[in-house]
Amino acid sequence: MAKSIEVRDLSIYYGSFCAVEGVNMSIRPAQVTALIGPSGCGKSTFLRSINRMHEVIPGAYVEGSLELDGNDLYAVDSDPVSVRRQVGMVFQRPNPFPTMSIYDNVIAGQRLNNKKMKKEATDTLVEQSLRGANLWNEVKDRLDKPGSSLSGGQQQRLCIARAIAVQPDVLLMDEPCSALDPISTLAIEDLINELKLEYTIVIVTHNMQQAARVSDYTGFFNIEGTGKPGQLVEMNDTKTIFSTPTEKATEDYVSGRFG
Amino acid sequence: MTTSTSEPTGTVGTEKAGGPSPARRPGKLPPRAAWIVLGVATAVALLLLLTGTNPALLAVGLVVANVGGIYMWSRLVEGPRAAKDRMVTAIVTTSFAIAMIPLVSLLYTVVSRGSERMDGAFFTNSMLGVVGEGGGAYHAIIGTLIVTGLAALISVPIGIMTAVYLVEYGKGRLARAITFLVDVMTGIPSIVAGLFAVALFQLLFGPGIRLGIMGAVALTVLMIPVVVRSVEEMLKIVPNELREASYALGVSKWRTIVKVVLRTSVAGIATGITLSIARVIGETAPLLITLGAVTGVNLNPFDGRMASLPVFSYYSYVAPGASPEPSIDRAWAAALVLMLIVMALSLFARLISYLFSPKTR
Repeated sequence: MAKSIEVRDLSIYYGSFCAVEGVNMSIRPAQVTALIGPSGCGKSTFLRSINRMHEVIPGAYVEGSLELDGNDLYAVDSDPVSVRRQVGMVFQRPNPFPTMSIYDNVIAGQRLNNKKMKKEATDTLVEQSLRGANLWNEVKDRLDKPGSSLSGGQQQRLCIARAIAVQPDVLLMDEPCSALDPISTLAIEDLINELKLEYTIVIVTHNMQQAARVSDYTGFFNIEGTGKPGQLVEMNDTKTIFSTPTEKATEDYVSGRFG
Repeated sequence: MTTSTSEPTGTVGTEKAGGPSPARRPGKLPPRAAWIVLGVATAVALLLLLTGTNPALLAVGLVVANVGGIYMWSRLVEGPRAAKDRMVTAIVTTSFAIAMIPLVSLLYTVVSRGSERMDGAFFTNSMLGVVGEGGGAYHAIIGTLIVTGLAALISVPIGIMTAVYLVEYGKGRLARAITFLVDVMTGIPSIVAGLFAVALFQLLFGPGIRLGIMGAVALTVLMIPVVVRSVEEMLKIVPNELREASYALGVSKWRTIVKVVLRTSVAGIATGITLSIARVIGETAPLLITLGAVTGVNLNPFDGRMASLPVFSYYSYVAPGASPEPSIDRAWAAALVLMLIVMALSLFARLISYLFSPKTR
């Protein structure tokens, strides 16, 4: 299931504007990789380029290569739609489909793609995904209720269940806890620790304590100034980044001297 | 809180300058003060009406007296701040009441005069061979349903797809040009749309042609911009997050549009389409020159003239024949039927939005 990602000389452009420049990174399978850095430094853009979600914005393109277990995601014959089935994503704000029940939200990936499934198979997948997202016990009696009837933290776990129901290899999380209270945040962090057994997880966070708590590896992005491209300054295992980083900028950032 | 309560007291104090005011707190009008003023003003107006004053002048006087009366009374008792509030409230409610007058009057007239012919014969008989009493609007009702249905059948898909293009795909010059043209189309007078259909079909089939489909084409020209506009607004308010959520699950763009974007906004789209049908179903001028008028039932929109409710109503009124009374009754009944159709459509749209709108519990 979990696959590794190899990024070589990746630059991301929006039209003529270079948002992220020259990223080299290896993301290990079945590990949590956190991306930290000040606002606007391109970490979210980089994250979205891993499942080609940034292409939703017109004029966006990349240079360099991004390989998922050796398969170039940006190869000419690579279809962004199938890339996104391998690389799932959880967004900053919980976004369950408002017209669907909890049950339908979980299997939205199958339903929206008109995948025919037997009733028992669907039931199993829903239960398995909701259990995987630590939500089953809270919602098992009201699966037919709308997804938006849940609390914010539950909605976010519903979105995680929805993402893992597609059975991706990699799970991207774009500040998944920034709209949640501390208790829901804790629930999500616990969940991340369980999910990393099966998935490669890349998480963008503004919360450095969170990065230190949940991640095995940490990448620090920075930007020299407004209008300049963001760069990966340093990448190492989390303990090293937070105790003895090689770069001065990293040390300043993690110790709270700027940003 | 403290400042807001102390303000009126302060102004009252300055008003009664020349000594410490005994009433620190301003007084209060009785609970139904507005109704009392309105009642007194109306009573005076009715008295004056008996003396033979011009009723139009009295109506204006009534409004002024109502607004002015409550202001003066409140100013004397409650102070200027509350008085302004009372005055604006009075102006707003009076404006609402004035706006309601034509609506209520119209509804009342159409219902009272139209219900005289709301019998079985009106819905089952045509006007074939009918002179004087009896007869019905069956041919016109069927004609209106066929022509408007055809128009909806043509313009709803075109309108929805145009809106989808504008919101989901269009950018740059083409999208701007389409938006501009849709705006221009919104302003086309209905007779011009009718003339367009006439010109088009005369080019194709020769002069003097009258077909049901011609009327539908004319109505389509009027309907498309309304559909595009309302659907566009509905698609725009679908949060982008939902599109992203769908893309991130590996769903292609067109499936996302059909199953997420259109599905989420279906309630609003249904309302918009109903409004656009209501907008064209009562059109008379374009149908007059494209459908013509017949007295018998014609179910084929591709062959010969067709009747329609607005045209039926119009001809019954302007050319009532030898004994005008039954014909004019039929005109009112046709107008009532038209209103009932529009009402049924709105109820249907309500039902759709109730069934399909996103629910939170």
